[in-house]
Amino acid sequence: MRKFIGFVKKEYYHIIRDPRTLFVLIAMPIAQILLFGYVITNEIKNASIGILDHSNDEITKQISSKILSSGYFKLDASINSEQEIHEAFRKGKIKEVIVFEPHFGERLKKEGIAKIQIIADASDPNIANLLTNYTEAIIRNYSISITTQNTQISLITPEVRMLYNPELKGAYMFVPGIIAMLLMLISALMTSISITREKELGTMEVLLASPLNPFTVIAGKVTPYLLLSFIDACLILLTGYFVFNVPVNGSIILLLAECLLFIFMALSLGILISTATKSQQIAMLISLVALMLPTILLSGFIFPVENMPLILQYLCKIMPPKYFINIVRTIMLKGGNLSTLWSDTLILAGMSIFFILVSVRKYKIRLE
Amino acid sequence: MRIILFIIQKEFLQIFRNKSMLPVIFVMPIIQLIILVNAATFEMKNIELCIVDKDLSTYSRNLSSKFEGSPYFVIEKQTFSAKEAIKYIDRGVITAAIVIPKGFERKIVRNEKNIKIQVLVDAINGTNAGVSQAYIISIIQDYNKQILSKFLPVNSPGNDIETSRRFWYNPELNYKTFMVPGILVLLITIISFILSGMNIVREKEMGTIEQINVTPIKKYQFIAGKLIPFWIIGLFELAFGLTIGKLLFDIPLVGNLGLVFGFAAIYLIVLLALGLLVSTIVNTQQQAMFISFFFMVVFILMSGLFTGIENMPEWAQIADKANPLAYFIEVMRMILLKGSGISDILYQLFAIIIFAVLMIWLAVWRYKKIS
Repeated sequence: MRKFIGFVKKEYYHIIRDPRTLFVLIAMPIAQILLFGYVITNEIKNASIGILDHSNDEITKQISSKILSSGYFKLDASINSEQEIHEAFRKGKIKEVIVFEPHFGERLKKEGIAKIQIIADASDPNIANLLTNYTEAIIRNYSISITTQNTQISLITPEVRMLYNPELKGAYMFVPGIIAMLLMLISALMTSISITREKELGTMEVLLASPLNPFTVIAGKVTPYLLLSFIDACLILLTGYFVFNVPVNGSIILLLAECLLFIFMALSLGILISTATKSQQIAMLISLVALMLPTILLSGFIFPVENMPLILQYLCKIMPPKYFINIVRTIMLKGGNLSTLWSDTLILAGMSIFFILVSVRKYKIRLE
Repeated sequence: MRIILFIIQKEFLQIFRNKSMLPVIFVMPIIQLIILVNAATFEMKNIELCIVDKDLSTYSRNLSSKFEGSPYFVIEKQTFSAKEAIKYIDRGVITAAIVIPKGFERKIVRNEKNIKIQVLVDAINGTNAGVSQAYIISIIQDYNKQILSKFLPVNSPGNDIETSRRFWYNPELNYKTFMVPGILVLLITIISFILSGMNIVREKEMGTIEQINVTPIKKYQFIAGKLIPFWIIGLFELAFGLTIGKLLFDIPLVGNLGLVFGFAAIYLIVLLALGLLVSTIVNTQQQAMFISFFFMVVFILMSGLFTGIENMPEWAQIADKANPLAYFIEVMRMILLKGSGISDILYQLFAIIIFAVLMIWLAVWRYKKIS
């Protein structure tokens, strides 16, 4: 045991003595939370649009001002004819153009029908779709409101209740995601690199020849990362709580225990990667492609899993972060406990045992 | 010049002799493109809905069939109690529930005030919830319009404003054509940045850099010899990725490909110089990895790849002027999807050239032949 502690200390100094690593360890979780909290958003505000008003009457002016005062749009007055739309789209200056037909107001009064064309730059289909939807909704509301002005017809009003997250805060999504991502990064990626490093530099031989049991060597190498990941997880939870008011509705002890389980799983994955690779570069690329990308993209953290094609949805099912993120979200937001989470927890535990068994089988105590 | 060629030859030999390098160069782009392009979508369709119809009348059925007919929704469950619907939301079976109260039809026909429908949305994913809500409300508004036209006095003029949408450049709103150019940028960025940065750090860590330092090879020769191979690999990856994008996803490639490669050539110089710069401040590959990962994540998240730059707060948009990735992604999309010409991208072109000069100067200045 004393040998083990000595070994852990050595590893710990290795990491902690490098100020660059230390800086990133602390700056990364905070920077990411702030980025996700303030910068990464699909919420549309002040999208530049052009308005081509061929009629320029009372009603078109009213509609235009309704659209512009909605907060979603901002007028770019540089468009004066249809020919200029293409140019403006290509320069990326505006996203949408609203075209009123000539004699718009007159027609609406006399014939009861008038036309508006919405032209969107759909090179970004998501934004184009949202913008045209918003525009249409505003126009529809306007048309309903002028129709009901003089009549008594009453209409259906939807009463919307947003469950769990009434203010639609993005933080509820990304705080669990960032925890998963950072734990994966520190525990799996850093561990795999640090073990392969010993192999590549030839110092693994020295360690294996020492009186330390080979498994103690590995355990000693991963323990500091376990500690660091755990500290980072707490840091994220605290930042989430104090900066974005993300609550922990469930049991905090259960939450931390689940974090530990996930760290354990990630560490065993890291060890597995290191047994399979010889150079740090390869370990890094495998970790990046096989761990980081799925953690970020296939875990439902940025892109909802339900919208993906079926094959990818199945692929998501074998990604450990998906379960972890679900656990964290359930505990933090829905206040869930072990009775609702036992299956996810069991899957994570099963995965760690599987990775450990495979790496023990593959682990060589001799160099070839 | 001859010396540079020799170093390039040595680098290429080393790269290609490394068996695990080839899959990284050829297989990774394919996998990444396929997975990323399919996974990275904000497109919302098949929102799972539960309809709680307590009225069971013609009117309420009409309303639910409107939801059924919309491409955005699938009706996953139908019950008669709102409590049960909430339970479904709790378990994550459905995303939203519509509760139509008793007396719905009667109220409409008798023209009573306060006809209400309750809409319950699982809002843990705030963005999705916002979009679902917008779709639901727009369907209800549509229904309102129907009621209006039904109950309006026969000869009073309606006020029907007809809107038509036109989606330029991508009429089918195919999200994949939008993602491919961006993902391609991500791909060549990760590969060339990591390979170049790691390459020199590796020589440092193994100690072989000392051997090169004591040779008469000049500083600029060493740097050029180290970076040119990765520059070539980067451009090759771009061509390779574009081919896959064209074959698999049928992206339009409207604009001038020469312009794309020209811009990429300068962009790669920025990136490789950045890699070199990182390699001068770290000692081990692990440190390099950690630091690069940190900056990469920040650059990627702020690049407009997944979420539009114009949605970001003002300060972030200003900070983004120092993000080479943002320029390249923007330019790729402009040229490939909209056919923008050189006059449309002058601003981005100047910015990236300034970056290239600055980065090369910094990297060469920091790089020293003594350790």
